[in-house]
Amino acid sequence: MIIVHPLLGPRDSAEFTYLGDASLIDRPDWQSETAASEFYEYQYLRENPAGLHRELWFHEAGDRSWLVVTRDTTTHEITTVEMARDVARARGRSK
Amino acid sequence: MRYSGLKILKESLTGHKGWKPAWRSPEPQAKYDIIIIGGGGHGLATAYYLAKEFKQKRIAVLEKGWVGGGNVGRNTTIIRSNYLLDGNEPFYEFSLKLWENLEQDLNFNAMISQRGILNLIHSDAQRDAFTRRGNAMILNGADAEMLSTAQIKKRYPFLNTEDARFPIKGGLAQHRGGTVRHDAVAWGYARGADLLGVDIIQNCEVTGFKVENGKCLGVDTSRGFIGANKVGCAVAGSSGRLMSKVDMRLPMESHVLQAFVSEGLKPVLPGVITFGAGHFYCSQSDKGGLVFGGDIDGYNSYAQRGNLPVVEDVCEGGMAIFPMMGRVRLLRSWGGLMDMSMDGSPIIDRTHIDGLYFNGGWCYGGFKATPASGFAYAHLLATDTPHKTATAYRFDRFEKGRMIDEKGMGAQPNLH
Repeated sequence: MIIVHPLLGPRDSAEFTYLGDASLIDRPDWQSETAASEFYEYQYLRENPAGLHRELWFHEAGDRSWLVVTRDTTTHEITTVEMARDVARARGRSK
Repeated sequence: MRYSGLKILKESLTGHKGWKPAWRSPEPQAKYDIIIIGGGGHGLATAYYLAKEFKQKRIAVLEKGWVGGGNVGRNTTIIRSNYLLDGNEPFYEFSLKLWENLEQDLNFNAMISQRGILNLIHSDAQRDAFTRRGNAMILNGADAEMLSTAQIKKRYPFLNTEDARFPIKGGLAQHRGGTVRHDAVAWGYARGADLLGVDIIQNCEVTGFKVENGKCLGVDTSRGFIGANKVGCAVAGSSGRLMSKVDMRLPMESHVLQAFVSEGLKPVLPGVITFGAGHFYCSQSDKGGLVFGGDIDGYNSYAQRGNLPVVEDVCEGGMAIFPMMGRVRLLRSWGGLMDMSMDGSPIIDRTHIDGLYFNGGWCYGGFKATPASGFAYAHLLATDTPHKTATAYRFDRFEKGRMIDEKGMGAQPNLH
């Protein structure tokens, strides 16, 4: 697979490590009343879709940036690559 | 029709005109007592044991493709029970005991060969860990033997014991482990279940569940609605896709695992050897091909095919430990879908929907578990209580902190 890095252009996926579903960006609030069950769902449960999947890749052998890659799990076709920090900030993280 | 030597002799003298299909191809009925979704090893074994051991009637197995077209025909055929934890070892040892009697039970030649399995050791710490594992196996009625480097060199003279990074310092052997003709397992269970009256319905894909007032009443399929008192899912890598139809999110991800077979060779490799440190294991099939594999590719996939970096990684692992492989040509490689649970252990449990049951999360270790998985799942479906060897395989273990982290590995790909 070739991942088109937003800053570095096309890179071999072997340069990256994979973390999983991009929902891992949305860490629950530890002070919430229901934190225990929210963290259980956050840590263990997955949509695991057959089709488009937004997922986190880490450019370990490159610039060490985190990317959000949108990939079809039935064909491995990659349609969108975003910087994870842009996605996280757009969702209100790390202001 | 029972298979026997006498039957083969008779057929060979009469032009082989008396053989009949090994199972029927019935039309689906309007309603069954129990429907099993998934005509793979686990689903067929479940149906077989439901009919045979638990005397259930009116059972159907629904398969979206053909019997044995999924992981039961894609794995590397190894059976073993070399587990450590209490939640696992009794279950896998139960499975190995069922394997040992499977061919007589099914009247079907599954080419079960207890040629032994060897896990290689490369450090003192690993020897301690494997010694503990071996003791746990013996305590649970399995067999285990620690082998020295000299014993390994004698039995496997082709191994590179002097690798600079991973010198071989010994090994944990389970002599009752071995290999099985995997397709024959699916066919044997299908035939066995069919003879006991189970309807095996191929080309019948489940497209949805009919759930009313928290109870599952049946399934919508590509061949129409089929009612059922109980529905059991056993669809391995497609678990996430199937259970999403009742809005269930599972503690698992589907990943692709590749496997490989070389051109046929004369017998060179007695038994199964695993080189876990190098992400490589290998056995030799009865046709002569070296059958080997490594780790999952490491990203979510439903594609049933992997990518080249893992092919290179697995072959490098092979060359490090089996330098004799260097001149052997790779014949085929393929991929299967692994329902990677978050702690690397399976689930055989009821769901929150009455009458809907789940069997999955087998990661890349489902084949060896086929008989016990079928037996335990049949026990759960028939009695609504877990089989005594499968009490730990519950959905709620993640929420309650009772993970069965046999190797601390689940879907999390950076752990591989």
